[in-house]
Amino acid sequence: MPGFDAVIGFLYQFGDAAAFLVLCASGLAIIFGMMGVINLAHGEFIMGGAYTTVTVAKLGVPLPLAVLCGALAAGAAGMVLERLVIRHLYGRPLDTIVATWGVSLIASQGTLILLGPSLSDISTPLGSVEIGALSYSVYRFVLMGVAAAILLGLYVLFNFTRFGVLARATIQVPHMAETLGVDTRLIYSLTFGIGAALAGATGGLYAPTMTLVPTMGVQFITEAFVTVVVGGGDVFLGTAPAGIVLGFIKSGMTTWEGQLAGQIGLLVAVILVIRVLPRGISGLMLRERA
Amino acid sequence: MALLMPMAAHAADPIKLGVLEDQSGDFALATIGKVHGIQLATDEINAAGGIAGRKLDLVIYDTQSDNTRYQEFMRRVLQRDKVDAVFAGFSSASREAYRPIVDQLNGLAFYNNQYEGGVCDAHMIVTGAVPEQQFSTLIPWMMEKFGKKIYTIAADYNFGQISAEWVRNIVKQNGGEMVGEEFIPLGVSQFSSTIQNIQKAKPDILMTLLVGTAQSSYYEQANAANLHVPMGSSVNVGQAYEHKRFKPPSLANMYVTTNWIEEVDNPASKAFVARWHAKFPNEPYINQEAENSYLAVYLYKEMVERAKGSTKRDDLRAVIAKGDVCFDAPEGKVCIDPKSQHMSHTIYLAKVNDDHSISFPKVWPDVKPYWLGDSGCDLTKKNPNAQYTPSNPPPKS
Repeated sequence: MPGFDAVIGFLYQFGDAAAFLVLCASGLAIIFGMMGVINLAHGEFIMGGAYTTVTVAKLGVPLPLAVLCGALAAGAAGMVLERLVIRHLYGRPLDTIVATWGVSLIASQGTLILLGPSLSDISTPLGSVEIGALSYSVYRFVLMGVAAAILLGLYVLFNFTRFGVLARATIQVPHMAETLGVDTRLIYSLTFGIGAALAGATGGLYAPTMTLVPTMGVQFITEAFVTVVVGGGDVFLGTAPAGIVLGFIKSGMTTWEGQLAGQIGLLVAVILVIRVLPRGISGLMLRERA
Repeated sequence: MALLMPMAAHAADPIKLGVLEDQSGDFALATIGKVHGIQLATDEINAAGGIAGRKLDLVIYDTQSDNTRYQEFMRRVLQRDKVDAVFAGFSSASREAYRPIVDQLNGLAFYNNQYEGGVCDAHMIVTGAVPEQQFSTLIPWMMEKFGKKIYTIAADYNFGQISAEWVRNIVKQNGGEMVGEEFIPLGVSQFSSTIQNIQKAKPDILMTLLVGTAQSSYYEQANAANLHVPMGSSVNVGQAYEHKRFKPPSLANMYVTTNWIEEVDNPASKAFVARWHAKFPNEPYINQEAENSYLAVYLYKEMVERAKGSTKRDDLRAVIAKGDVCFDAPEGKVCIDPKSQHMSHTIYLAKVNDDHSISFPKVWPDVKPYWLGDSGCDLTKKNPNAQYTPSNPPPKS
């Protein structure tokens, strides 16, 4: 059944590419898409999450709990960074670029000095499954499920909880929220922390599939920014369709003509979107709904 | 220069060697050992009385895996430090970054690294292995054992492109068939679609010419997807010791041709490893380029002593032209080919087992770096200062 194999094969490619984009972007969608902070240290939060996850997993902790530890560690680091640096730079996007770039360099070179050029890795769990003539890593299916669950979780968090309403109010009109008794400093700090924790979780989730090196964050950051820019400001309405559209373009181009074509497709797509839809996919959707 | 420093005045002055290798940044993992190899050889030579009665002095700079650092420091060692020779470079990009400066300032540089081959430059001596040594041994052996359908995945820059061209040519010469070839940009770390393309093409052999830490994620992902085609490589194991760093069995069933790794089991290698660990007890792994760097210092000693203590490049090249500059290295006897100034090597076929231990199913002694010389590069007659490839060979004259 070569036709069936090809369809399943492509769906898997597509799901895998979309999951990677969504997971890369989920934390950044909050920090950059929602809060407007251009966080060039996003990759280092991912690296920190991966390192923590692997270190904890080697102590015998089951992988899901280890990923949670990675997320919490990155989230805590994010809240500290927000308090020390980011807080002073809201509304100054150019300054945040320089500041977070500096943080990124310090984090990756500091890791190189303290922990050496590489950390020994852990194996990918769950083995493989054969469908037709091809075999697939089961863990990649788990990643697809987690990506969907995180998107759904964010949607619920920001649309149906009190925290979500306060966070959106704080970011839209901070002084008004403050007048109504919202502790905006706490909300900013928590929101940034959630973004960083999602980055940490992404690192933890991909840690068993990758080589762990201090510069591994770089391998995520292009995809993260591309997805958020294409998606626009809304965490759910932006990231989900952006992940799907870009995942389709990337997996289609890669299957057709190899990895280089996939990368080119991704970058051409973002250039077109910036030109045609400056506020991203969610900008388009929200305008049409209004 | 030689007029200003007559032979008699030399005797007390040390011979200065510049060392430009990456001790930080992306490549540091594979290159810190190269510096140690040079230091070990220098200590041994100095303890035994130096070169032609002169001590050996090292001027070491950290090039930080950054090509522009190579250019800066190459100028500095040649112009300010006035070294007699330079040992420099890991990636082919770094070598091509500094090579014009060595040519321009009329220096002498040793490139102690395996690479894609083809540098025909009288200012360069290459002690690493080249494709005709690594691929014309590996590929026919693997084709006989596993079959004739080959798939190549290679890093998308000069090293990967030229190496893949070599693979293509050797496969064709041996009656094999290329069932696929993919060039992967440096920095790509997600390989699901590459893995699937390989599964669809059903090759008997997969040549993995991947470079850098991002691309090395391939092996774990292929293993998780249950892709277990026998792999062949000229870069893995011998440089970044992936078999030690990655969890078994992600590298199982990989075959690498290398001119030396620390697992090589002969008395000279055992003694070399013991001497190394006495000086650097915490070395995680002694790789192929570490041995190339070590033997390069001894080759330099041999040349200078046979040139009666002169360190002038022309005097050393006159010695090389005799065609018998050799050294008994840990890997076995190695000699410099006068036409290309590349090295002959013993080539070991290293097999990575399921538990990531290494066995050596085959050894080829004294494999010559024949391609440049056969295709028309002859540095004893003419110096083109150029790099050639099989599709762009030296001009016939």
